[in-house]
Amino acid sequence: MDFSLTKEQEMLRKLSAQFALEELEPIAAQIDEEHRFPVESFEKMAKLGFTGIGVPEQYGGTGGGMLEKVIAVEEFAKKCMASAATLSIHLIAPHAILAFGTEEQKQKYLPRLTKGGELGAFALTEPNAGSDAAGVKTTAVYDEKTDEYILNGTKCFITGGARAGVLVVFALTDPKAKTKGISAFIIEKGMPGFSSGKIESKMGLAGSETAELVFEDCRVPAANMLGKINKGFKIAMQSLDAARVGVGAQGLGVAEEAIEMAVKYTHERVQFGKPIAALQGIQWYIADMAMKTEAAKALLYMTASLADSGKPFTKEAAMCKLFAAENARFVTNLALQIHGGYGYMKDYPLERMYRDAKITEIYEGTSEIHKVVIARAVMNK
Amino acid sequence: MRIYVCVKQVPDTSGVVAVNPDGTLNRASMQTIINPDDLSAMEQALVLKDATGCQVTAVTMGPPPAEGMLRELLAMGADDAVLISAREFGGSDTFATSQIISAAINHLGVGKDDMIFCGRQAIDGDTAQVGPQIAEKLNLPQVSYAAEIEKVGNDVTVKRMLEDGYMKIKVQTPCLITCISDKEKKARYMTLNGINHCYEKPFTLLNFEALKDEPLIELDKIGLKGSPTNIFKSFTPPVKGVGVMLEGADKKTAETLANILLEKHVI
Ligand SMILES: Cc1cc2nc3c(=O)[nH]c(=O)nc-3n(C[C@H](O)[C@H](O)[C@H](O)COP(=O)(O)OP(=O)(O)OC[C@H]3O[C@@H](n4cnc5c(N)ncnc54)[C@H](O)[C@@H]3O)c2cc1C
Ligand SMILES: Cc1cc2nc3c(=O)[nH]c(=O)nc-3n(C[C@H](O)[C@H](O)[C@H](O)COP(=O)(O)OP(=O)(O)OC[C@H]3O[C@@H](n4cnc5c(N)ncnc54)[C@H](O)[C@@H]3O)c2cc1C
Repeated sequence: MDFSLTKEQEMLRKLSAQFALEELEPIAAQIDEEHRFPVESFEKMAKLGFTGIGVPEQYGGTGGGMLEKVIAVEEFAKKCMASAATLSIHLIAPHAILAFGTEEQKQKYLPRLTKGGELGAFALTEPNAGSDAAGVKTTAVYDEKTDEYILNGTKCFITGGARAGVLVVFALTDPKAKTKGISAFIIEKGMPGFSSGKIESKMGLAGSETAELVFEDCRVPAANMLGKINKGFKIAMQSLDAARVGVGAQGLGVAEEAIEMAVKYTHERVQFGKPIAALQGIQWYIADMAMKTEAAKALLYMTASLADSGKPFTKEAAMCKLFAAENARFVTNLALQIHGGYGYMKDYPLERMYRDAKITEIYEGTSEIHKVVIARAVMNK
Repeated sequence: MRIYVCVKQVPDTSGVVAVNPDGTLNRASMQTIINPDDLSAMEQALVLKDATGCQVTAVTMGPPPAEGMLRELLAMGADDAVLISAREFGGSDTFATSQIISAAINHLGVGKDDMIFCGRQAIDGDTAQVGPQIAEKLNLPQVSYAAEIEKVGNDVTVKRMLEDGYMKIKVQTPCLITCISDKEKKARYMTLNGINHCYEKPFTLLNFEALKDEPLIELDKIGLKGSPTNIFKSFTPPVKGVGVMLEGADKKTAETLANILLEKHVI
């Protein structure tokens, strides 16, 4: 199989790496320390066109597909996981609107989410609905008189939710039907009845803001329903398939960088009279880290090219996300271990990378849920 | 109005520099970057393009892979690119290089309103000769060490940076300006849309055939053979170790210094 990139994709990688090195890395430790979402970084991403990846130019986007997203997110993740997550998760909303929106919705919202520099968010999770989307309690009741839906409920752990200009939100239009009664809505910041609540304080990924969202009689024009009524669950699942490939790219990027740091350190650090690189125990660590990361990369790029050629990729998305996530934790843990006590100190980026890497095993579906998805695909043919 | 920006692909000196047996650089084996001053010249040109909508043309003489660098400049915002490339041009020194580049620009045409921007100097050859030589060959006024360039009508005001201050000079188009890098004014990034369309923008290859009859070309003064500079020897200087700084002017520091010199058998 040929994974060679086009010249344009190589240029995108070069640009993404340069941007990550010059704009993201210099503030990565600071935004982590301060738990600060760097608005300025997102604005810069928008100016160069990163926020429009996968959206055609006619809607303000910069074209490309899954591979382009993977390349940018992977390069960002090497220098700043929080910023990689910001881009990766932002893209879910415009991609959902592109795939399921009406022409009017695309014309109205896509330019804002791409070249317009507005942040997007995707709000599915609720206090009682994490892995089990059937637990969604937020309701959307139709008001005939005004042709509006009235939303009531609370979403939690929503990345960028408090700052997003445009959000894709899931709510029950037929509460008895469970997942078959979920619909998707395009919500705008500032709609009456919509507010943000608690901003979470997290173990890692601190430069990405995770918010609670509150809907209290929030009136949404019926024209803002995304896709058909009661078909929201399919939109959520399809969006998550694509989003998972983005999480895979986050896991891959952070692992690649951790290996690079670890290899460099093994040559510099001298113990027992020689660099620790000469110790076979250390060499075997590096060999395992490199092998698994290469496997993660192959799985990820294969999945991306499947997606770009229009073939089904649900199983592969679950596999590459799960594999890259477990590998990200495995590799950052060993890279930290190789740095000894220095790795545990805030002077080195590894302790941050280790904390950040952990999220890839949890969001956009936990590792356990991915095993459910994979087993279902493999066993129920 | 058209601005030609002369850009040179140079070895990335943060990597390994390799030399051929004939003394010339083995460019194929090295990672390359866009010469920093030239990137700055391109940025100055693009700032003027933003203000006036003028055409910006990137020009380079180099081997075929230099196309990659030109595409990056197109992705940054240049409108078109010209690659001057031929075996006959290989190994040219500054004299031959400026002759060929002048001929190429003359071939493309210099209008009343046009300008040529160069970097002040290339980080490999480091002579700072090519820009001024092009100006001489094309009979154009030149201003070097430019940090800022403004244009009103046919009047161009250039801020020249000198060691102990700056100088503002007014010059008329057509003219040649050599630009210096400025850390404060980083060249812009490529954009994703720029990348998407950089292979669709006009790209001209000027080979030996295209330029051999140009009046500015003297056939015995191009390439390695026609270059008056002969490389006697070139080598990679050995890497020096990091020095040790001792602070203080007291007896103790002097003693420390004496001890180090003793240890190294210098005294
Ligand atoms: C930083 C961060 C950002 C997030 N961003 C977003 C966002 O932007 N939008 C959004 O909608 N959500 C977001 N989430 C929510 C995230 O997707 C959920 O946390 C995740 O899906 C898990 O849900 P839960 O936390 O409720 O865990 P639970 O579902 O309660 O899971 C608890 C444990 O049970 C396991 N488990 C559950 N079901 C099964 C099963 N069937 N088989 C085996 N084990 C199972 C889980 O794997 C886990 O180990 C974010 C979360 C975090 C931490
Ligand atoms: C002493 C000496 C040793 C040399 N050794 C070698 C060698 O080992 N190997 C070898 O291959 N060459 C060698 N050369 C040739 C020299 O590198 C080239 O002629 C070069 O193109 C011009 O010299 P420079 O790098 O000093 O450019 P400068 O005069 O410093 O460059 C000034 C500006 O001119 C423009 N410019 C220069 N070159 C080009 C170009 N090719 N295309 C477009 N614009 C350009 C750029 O805008 C640049 O910023 C040597 C020359 C000299 C004088």
